[in-house]
Amino acid sequence: MSIGPAAKVIEARTGSRLEKVLRAGHFAVTAEIGPPKGADGRRIQQLAALVKDYSDAQNLTDNQTAVVRLCSLAAAVHVLNNGGEPVLQMTTRDRNRIALQSDLLGAASLGVRNVLCLSGDHQRFGNHPEAKGVFDIDSVQLTATVRQMREERLFICGEEIKAPPRVFVGAVENPFAGPVELRVLRLGKKVMAGAEFIQTQVVYDVEGFTRWMEAVCAAGWHKKTFILAGVTPPKSAGALRYMSRIPGMKVPEELIRRMEKASDKLREGQRIALEIINHVRAIAGVSGVHIMAINWEEAVPEIVSMAGLYPRP
Amino acid sequence: MILARPKTVSSILALVGGMKSLVVAGCQECVTVCQSGGRKEVSCVAQLLEIAGKKRGFPFEIAQVTVFRQCDNEYLVPLDVLMEKADACISLGCGVGVQFIAERYPTVMVIPGVDTVGGGGTVMSGVWEERCAMCGECILAETTGICPVTRCAKGLLNGPCGGSVDGRCEAGTDLPCAWEMIYHRLKKQGRLDSLTRIRPPKNWAHSGSGVMRKVIREEVMPCLSVLPLK
Ligand code: SF4
Ligand code: SF4
Repeated sequence: MSIGPAAKVIEARTGSRLEKVLRAGHFAVTAEIGPPKGADGRRIQQLAALVKDYSDAQNLTDNQTAVVRLCSLAAAVHVLNNGGEPVLQMTTRDRNRIALQSDLLGAASLGVRNVLCLSGDHQRFGNHPEAKGVFDIDSVQLTATVRQMREERLFICGEEIKAPPRVFVGAVENPFAGPVELRVLRLGKKVMAGAEFIQTQVVYDVEGFTRWMEAVCAAGWHKKTFILAGVTPPKSAGALRYMSRIPGMKVPEELIRRMEKASDKLREGQRIALEIINHVRAIAGVSGVHIMAINWEEAVPEIVSMAGLYPRP
Repeated sequence: MILARPKTVSSILALVGGMKSLVVAGCQECVTVCQSGGRKEVSCVAQLLEIAGKKRGFPFEIAQVTVFRQCDNEYLVPLDVLMEKADACISLGCGVGVQFIAERYPTVMVIPGVDTVGGGGTVMSGVWEERCAMCGECILAETTGICPVTRCAKGLLNGPCGGSVDGRCEAGTDLPCAWEMIYHRLKKQGRLDSLTRIRPPKNWAHSGSGVMRKVIREEVMPCLSVLPLK
């Protein structure tokens, strides 16, 4: 694995729309779609149709929180069929290097042009806590693998790939987990491994995020990758409190109180999301936002419009 | 040492219900140290089985034996006579011991009396922790003597996941995040740059997920033929 840092070059290397938008210097918007716990693809199709014009790409989560759902690859195809631009999320929790590389080839053959590499939430939190976690490779290794497959046309084992997967490669980072120095080192490692874009954990703690971005910019990583800040409109005070208990999430207490007091919770939730978008937009080095409206994808068009980010390029 | 946890006597009883003659075999090595299969535990299990046998109306005939090491064939000799008339042997050795006994006495049912957990050590009286998953390719030199294969819940090799908070692992609040520990230790040693090195995928063929491992070292094998003198 010999991939160097993913320098921000002007010309796009894949057929990805997200890549084009970012390399053209636009402030990008991505939206998350959570696949259902059933074999019905209609909801994904509806959501794709709903958010596709308000976002440059749509993330399909991969058995998020280790709960079994319709697979992200099939969900990505539903999005493609409805005119969207899927970002295929791939975790290393459930599949070994054979399955991951194979799924990537399959996804690329179906027209998927973006992939997001994650390790995945630990299976202990999901609905099958007795499952064996795979973790054959980690998210950094998966990122490097995708780049190696794309550019060097080689599988991990070194065998040649005739038709390499042309996908734009992303990874995730959590600005709020542990020492900032460690989190920046870790981001740098993902960039060195080949991550061309980074989607962050949900930002509620704007100050903490600002501090992390300062350190990221001081290290120069913002010049070598596109950073998209995670934004989740809270639906209720309860939802915020629930999120505050998720490992690696920071939710300021005053935000929870603000939601408690609000008479129109949904409006207030959208307003909070809007404020955060405006805030992170002003931070140097931030290239876009990733809106994760969990179980509330319907809120995306309005938030994007209110933020003045509609129409999309 | 190899860590093990005692199985419940009721689960053992369920397997020996109709039997008469039992051998309860302990081991003086690891399972003695982690107090799950030494002489003391053998006597404890034997007594509980005896009480259960009396309760059911016809008592067991139980022989107790604790050998120096169950995972070495030569130390199993004291079992030979006892196993001649045994209906079953309950081994309180680790999974290795159980298998060595089963191999030596193929006509007798051997029952594990403990659940073998892994390679670990004593952290305080009554608490043992896993430290080594026996991956077959040790990387401790690069990770400041903290094993991420075992101690990181995801076995990550390139730094922490996004779930570590205040030094705790996302998979359990009572567990420290291995990668945060490694980070602090690297910092103390002035070796933080080691965190920027991308570790390639690990060769799990050396680990327990490959084919059964065998260690062969000719230099310690007995000399089978006399070498001609020069
Ligand atoms: S790296 Fe492998 S051999 Fe070394 S302590 Fe960890 S599991 Fe054991
Ligand atoms: S929190 Fe730390 S120890 Fe736990 S899975 Fe993540 S990196 Fe590993």
